Amino acid sequence: MKAHILEAITQPVNPNVPEINPGDSVVVNVRIREGSKYRVQAFKGTVIRVRKGGNDASFTVRRIASHGVGVERTFLSRSPRLESVEITRRAVARRAQLYYLRNLTTKQSRLKEKR
Amino acid sequence: MKGLLGTKVGMTQLFDEEGRVTPVTVIEAGPCFVTQIKNKENDGYQSVQIGFQETQSKKLSGGEKGHLQRTSAPSLKHLREFRIKGDLDVAEGQILKADVFSAGEYVDVIGTSKGKGFQGGMKRHNFRGAQITHGQSDRQRAPGSIGSNSFPGRVIKGLRMAGHMGADRVTAQNLVVVKVDPERNIIAVRGSVPGANGSLVVIRQAKKK
Repeated sequence: MKAHILEAITQPVNPNVPEINPGDSVVVNVRIREGSKYRVQAFKGTVIRVRKGGNDASFTVRRIASHGVGVERTFLSRSPRLESVEITRRAVARRAQLYYLRNLTTKQSRLKEKR
Repeated sequence: MKGLLGTKVGMTQLFDEEGRVTPVTVIEAGPCFVTQIKNKENDGYQSVQIGFQETQSKKLSGGEKGHLQRTSAPSLKHLREFRIKGDLDVAEGQILKADVFSAGEYVDVIGTSKGKGFQGGMKRHNFRGAQITHGQSDRQRAPGSIGSNSFPGRVIKGLRMAGHMGADRVTAQNLVVVKVDPERNIIAVRGSVPGANGSLVVIRQAKKK
């Protein structure tokens, strides 16, 4: 795309979002609106996908909720709703999309830590 | 006169202060040159002709060059007319920028849809196709009956069948202008716009709003 077009439409990068890689364990703090009040909700899990693409960049976090039900949530990386993203652990991921984790049990799905 | 020519750049999404996402199509609109103003006396109708996208002068015919020279406009690839009623607010030779429109306005965007080639009835006219079970074989995407027997003894004209699809003039009506950048001549409208990226689009004030 031509530079001047990009300049006109690029949304500001959310400074609260660090560089995230697949396999990272993260805590995503999202601002949620309830009526007229705002509150921050945390979503804890493993990053299974990171999409690049400027304004449209996103990442998907997977966590195991109660009764072993897997929950995945995709966040837009430039969304101003993201209050903060903390990386709690970095793991060795040998592929870019960790979709295979969906078919594994909790124990199997543990990833080796990166050192 | 509220109209512009532009090229479709592509789609993206914009955030508002609340973090809500709006899907937008980005259009590079302008600079457009007013190349001719037609009036009742000479032409039988009133309209404004505008041109867009500079090109090499060797790509234009002699007639086109002469026509553009009249208003000392550069070599332009596209010329389109906008019918107008009532008073004129533009003059020949004037340069129009993207700030003809402002955020919040409603516009119609006209483009040429992507060509789909020769397509069957199911894709082209949303026919249902035939059942897949009950011993059927190779009729699944067939159009079914196309008429009666000896009366009328022919297929009615205009019956929907397989054929060439796409590459038509399509108007997307009542799109909201989300963002205007007059310096860089960029307009972002909410939603999608017909045609491939890089194709010519016409933006006009919404007719039905």
